[in-house]
Amino acid sequence: MKSLEELRAIREKMQGKVGVRTENEGQTRVIVGMATCGIASGARPVLTALSDAVQEQGLLNINVTQTGCIGLCQYEPIVEVLEPGKEKVTYVKMTPEKAMEVLRMHLLDGQVVTKYTLGAAKRGTE
Amino acid sequence: MMPEISLNILDIAENSIRAGASLVEIEVSVMSRGDALTVVIKDNGCGMSAEQTEKVQDPFYTTRTTRKVGLGVPFFKQAAKSTGGSFSIVSQPGKGTVVRAVFKLSHIDRMPLGDISATIYTLVVFNEKVHFIYTYRYNENKFVLDTCEIREILGEDISFSNPEVSKFIKEYLRSGREETDQGKDI
Repeated sequence: MKSLEELRAIREKMQGKVGVRTENEGQTRVIVGMATCGIASGARPVLTALSDAVQEQGLLNINVTQTGCIGLCQYEPIVEVLEPGKEKVTYVKMTPEKAMEVLRMHLLDGQVVTKYTLGAAKRGTE
Repeated sequence: MMPEISLNILDIAENSIRAGASLVEIEVSVMSRGDALTVVIKDNGCGMSAEQTEKVQDPFYTTRTTRKVGLGVPFFKQAAKSTGGSFSIVSQPGKGTVVRAVFKLSHIDRMPLGDISATIYTLVVFNEKVHFIYTYRYNENKFVLDTCEIREILGEDISFSNPEVSKFIKEYLRSGREETDQGKDI
């Protein structure tokens, strides 16, 4: 079994190397709905996939957090992207794979993935 | 319905966080001898009155304004009861809440425990200001993760969401579970 002692080594390696991660206004916020509706439809792996990718790729300007229910339960799992100075983009019926596409295309390349947005989902059901 | 018990646990523990808890204790114990899988989620959040405690078990009650139903607690209760198990909530305003669900381990309708390590990981890493004590028991074996111990070793300035730390927490939880239940499908 792994021992907590490994954490000491991690700490020593990082001492003085990394600054505290602070939330600031220039950061992009990625918010995953984690109420009953979100969790039941698969939000847990979406949240984990996003935060793992952001951490692994060292994307310090992206902050992945969770929120409760925003009242669009039928569209869960929902991921909202809030970029400073831009309009909020709501992605619906997310999976870890779709979330990775959003990360690559929207968060890194600046192209909204229109096909996964709430607007597209609503048009599809009309 | 939730597909796994561990997702119910995540959902109920989110209620604890929303109730402003600074300490959340989660215990999952699997006892073959008593044929029981017991889940206890205990918090020191704002608590509920007797009337509210009664109401949260009703699917048509919620404190939310975004929708009219609140299914989290009823889902969990239903899942436990359908196995011939039991369910209780004890709460006191200003003190906190204890939710306890007992599942009959061998019952055909018992949903799988699922990825409990992923649930605890999500809670711990995304709510690092909350102190979590997670205990996993499998018969006589036991594994405990106490976030205070992790914080003590790391110091105040390293986040749980730091890649190396979060990876460690994930692996620590997985190896702890495996050591405890020998990789049994539960």
